[in-house]
Amino acid sequence: MDVLLQQFFNLDIMAKALPLVLQGLKTTLLICLIVIPMGLIGGVLVALASRSTVRALRVSVTLLVDLMRALPPLVVLILVYSGLPFLGLRISPLTAVVIAFFLNNAAYYGEIIRAGIESVPAGQWEAARSTGLRADQAFTWVILPQGLRNVLPDLVSNTVEVVKLTSLASVVSLQEMLYSADMARSLTFNASPIVLAALIYFALLWPAVRLVSRLEHAAAR
Amino acid sequence: MSEASELSAGGTGTMRPPHPLLDIRGLHKSFGTIEVLKGIDLAVSPGELVFLIGPSGSGKSTLLRCYNRLEEASGGSIWFDGQEVLADRIDINALRRRMGMVFQSFNLYPHMTALGNVTLALRKVLKKPRAEAERIGMAALEGVGLAHKAASYPGELSGGQQQRVAIARASALEPGLMLFDEPTSALDPELVGSVLQAMRDMRAAGMTMLVVSHEMRFAREAADRVVFMDGGVIVEQGPPEQIFGSPRHERTRAFVSEVAR
Repeated sequence: MDVLLQQFFNLDIMAKALPLVLQGLKTTLLICLIVIPMGLIGGVLVALASRSTVRALRVSVTLLVDLMRALPPLVVLILVYSGLPFLGLRISPLTAVVIAFFLNNAAYYGEIIRAGIESVPAGQWEAARSTGLRADQAFTWVILPQGLRNVLPDLVSNTVEVVKLTSLASVVSLQEMLYSADMARSLTFNASPIVLAALIYFALLWPAVRLVSRLEHAAAR
Repeated sequence: MSEASELSAGGTGTMRPPHPLLDIRGLHKSFGTIEVLKGIDLAVSPGELVFLIGPSGSGKSTLLRCYNRLEEASGGSIWFDGQEVLADRIDINALRRRMGMVFQSFNLYPHMTALGNVTLALRKVLKKPRAEAERIGMAALEGVGLAHKAASYPGELSGGQQQRVAIARASALEPGLMLFDEPTSALDPELVGSVLQAMRDMRAAGMTMLVVSHEMRFAREAADRVVFMDGGVIVEQGPPEQIFGSPRHERTRAFVSEVAR
């Protein structure tokens, strides 16, 4: 029991690791602030493209979405980070993470948003257009807000996944929270910094997970 | 010349003024291989209330939806206020806001208040500043007796109230013509009256109206002209007394006696 406490819940070590882990948390949050909005915007574009009348656009977006859903995100990340230099493009770990996660997020958010858009009755579109709104105005003010609201639980749920996904960035030596915690672990020969990071992830995401449950409950009623 | 257009010419007699607000000539519409409209000729004069009646599947709603190009006609021409509606280069959005449309299922925006529903196009299409749009919107809601529900969401309103908000949404844009696509068909009987009243008020204010509806009592009382459609053609048209009192065509007689029962 003592060993367990010493190795996993060592408060002294946690206190020592805290500044480093918090430094990593900042990077984690920075990644989130970049990739979540980008992914949402990309998702709207993917949703639009997948409903386009232009066949070539539909096909290429379907290809992207299928690829991203079938490939492990880690593979995409390493491919971007280690592959692009072969094309003469040297990129920072952060850029690689942003590119890889953008592709991944756009695909997943895109599928969710497409389902949301398709759940809005055709009459909404007709009513909006009948008052003289252009297609883009009808989409922005009438269709999209309703579509997003209809899939809100899925959007929040996917966002939780995105935050968890940021821990993959440690693989390309981006010093986000997991990377920092693991560094602290190797310096202290103790797992407590990892537990600390886990606790912070939990504190960060648990409210969101609860929110998803409540939203799903509300939607089922 | 089809049988339909001969009859339609007979129905309106010499009353048709030289410049109809809406003038439809030889309108055809097919969905795939199914021809829904088989050559419709119809003219609507300013201030006229024209009722379209006929069995379901006769093409009434499709005809209405061709006017503002929610459906694309397969052939023929539509002139509205001196403009060719089916022309390629027409500004369809400018045209649509001058043809208000009211739907069977209301189609209010559920995520906006009643006032938000009415002001959206005022702000985005007519580019009115918010305050002015809200003033116009409130006046339009007042016109249908719902100013006190301005802050309510559609989900909090009865069907009759929702439909009146939908009427206000269309009329706030000051259209030259109002299209009603079975405006009371989705309503409980006790809620129909308030919607018909809003339409009566609109008529009294001189609005040109084209109404697809099964409200025969209302047609008899308010319509200037009743157009009977069946099988994608206009079978007969004329003043309500003629259509309901002494229809000339056998199919009209059969339909009218059927709905009168």
